[in-house]
Amino acid sequence: MTTATTKKERSADPLISVDDVTFGYGEVPVLESVSIDVEPGSFLGLVGPNGSGKSTLLDLMLGLRRPDEGTVSLFGEPAHEVDAGERIGYVAQDATKAARDMPVTVREVVEMGRYPRRLFGRFSPEDRRAVEAALEQVGISDLASRRVGRLSGGQRQRVFIARALASEADLLALDEPTVGVDAESREEFYSLLHDLNATGLTVILIEHDIGVVTTNATDIACLNRQLYFDGDPTEFVETDALAQAYGTDQHVLDHDH
Amino acid sequence: MMQPSALDAGVPFDEVTAVLWIGGRLIDGIEWFLDHIFGAGMDVLADLLGTPMLGYPYMQRAFLAAVCIAVIGPVVGTFLVHREMAMIGDTLAHTAFAGVAVGLFLNSAFSLTLSPLLTAFVVAVVTALLVELLVEHAGAYSDTSLAIVLTGGFAVGSILITATDGGIAVGIDAYLFGSLSTVSTANVGILVVMSALVGSLVTLAYRPLLYVTFDATAARAARLNVRLYKRLMVVLTALVVVSAMQIMGVILVAAMLVVPVAAASQVAGSFKQSILLAILAAEFAAIAGVTLSYVYGLAAGGSIVVAAIGVYVVALSTRKLLHRMPTVRRLSDQRPDQHRDGIEADGGERE
Repeated sequence: MTTATTKKERSADPLISVDDVTFGYGEVPVLESVSIDVEPGSFLGLVGPNGSGKSTLLDLMLGLRRPDEGTVSLFGEPAHEVDAGERIGYVAQDATKAARDMPVTVREVVEMGRYPRRLFGRFSPEDRRAVEAALEQVGISDLASRRVGRLSGGQRQRVFIARALASEADLLALDEPTVGVDAESREEFYSLLHDLNATGLTVILIEHDIGVVTTNATDIACLNRQLYFDGDPTEFVETDALAQAYGTDQHVLDHDH
Repeated sequence: MMQPSALDAGVPFDEVTAVLWIGGRLIDGIEWFLDHIFGAGMDVLADLLGTPMLGYPYMQRAFLAAVCIAVIGPVVGTFLVHREMAMIGDTLAHTAFAGVAVGLFLNSAFSLTLSPLLTAFVVAVVTALLVELLVEHAGAYSDTSLAIVLTGGFAVGSILITATDGGIAVGIDAYLFGSLSTVSTANVGILVVMSALVGSLVTLAYRPLLYVTFDATAARAARLNVRLYKRLMVVLTALVVVSAMQIMGVILVAAMLVVPVAAASQVAGSFKQSILLAILAAEFAAIAGVTLSYVYGLAAGGSIVVAAIGVYVVALSTRKLLHRMPTVRRLSDQRPDQHRDGIEADGGERE
């Protein structure tokens, strides 16, 4: 199944290294012997059907969960022991839901990016500069004092990106960030991600829309409990990994049920 | 102060006695302050304003207590409401009632002189932590489990009250519905200390509490100790509901954590501003409620809650009205800050 993986050479210092990881919720297996590396500066697109374990794999990579078997290392340490929260920017799947009714301003959310560095005490001029720069970079400086809940879906997503930028993160992880965002804003959002990746930020993106992933990502991992593909997007389009993972292939269906 | 010294006999641990002794001294000091400085000051104020109401010591205590409650209720409530945990206040209030009953029961069964407020604090804090542990285990707040804890607490309370001789049923109304006249100087002292404690803890932990409230998953990815702050939140809630229970009553106390917050978030421009507006709304409701309660002889808790709901309705309709009327909306788009001030003043001064 994981023949494609062997084609890719494993580098000496990946940002994230998932090694033969198995994970389940109680008796329900979610991931089986998954191995994958994320290189610094890469843009990894995680695709797969609903319930294929994409979000779980992302949680494991960030050290939010611990594997039942195998190891996950992040920044060269066991992922769950990493203390450097400021290096991780995370946009959760339902992040925008909570933001709808809460009277929080754009600036207040972006400032949260500085919290891992300064949880108590006054913000330094450097903290303020980082916040302003992040607002500027994603083009929402003029919205800074607006309530996040009263922005459009596309604008709101930029706020979460700005939060990660304010924390000067090395790694930006996004779990289906554009659910409920209109097509045009999605387009702009992904070109923003593309630009940020070009500046050296490592991006991991979980996404339903395979087209978006193949155009923007430098690597694609196709997952359904097991890893069906891990490699270059152009190669991915040529293989039948997608069909296999989504179970249109009769053989896989039989095997899985 | 006799409650802590009475406890000493029953509790052998040195640290506990030391803490209670220090607590007792502190309350003594505040009691002295309330009697001699605050009381005297309010007497002068009563003369100046020509309102004899402020001259009565029990009304002075009631106003001070109401003012404190109107600060700590919304301060903690703002975080709870936006984590969609408004029900936890109500749940903990009902288990605090069980705590009061435990105190009264122990007093009557073993002829102790425990303060029922003390046992209420203990029971509410312990329940708060148990609920939070259950949530950590199950992963989400469920209406069902909160309803079980709420009714369970109240059931245990009512059993304990009927299990002893008629004596302790007396005064239970004061806990259920709240009362101005039964609030002692010592109780107001405890409320003042609790307000200072809750206020400083929230000020200190403002950033992590905000992050956890807004986006708990991202807060965890950023390596904040999310569990710790969630626990802190429920413990603070327990402290607030028990402190406020005397005036507001078990059944209504949760309103102070929810209604002013709901009013404020209609019109607030930022999170900090929403806390401030919620306090203003609650202060207005508390002072109006206590005054109405005095003038017309009404229940204090009920009057405060109705006044708070009045503020909420004004805030809600102001916002809806602004959305309905295109000319006003254009105005508010041009000058959002100025307009917001207008709303505030409107909500605050109406009565």
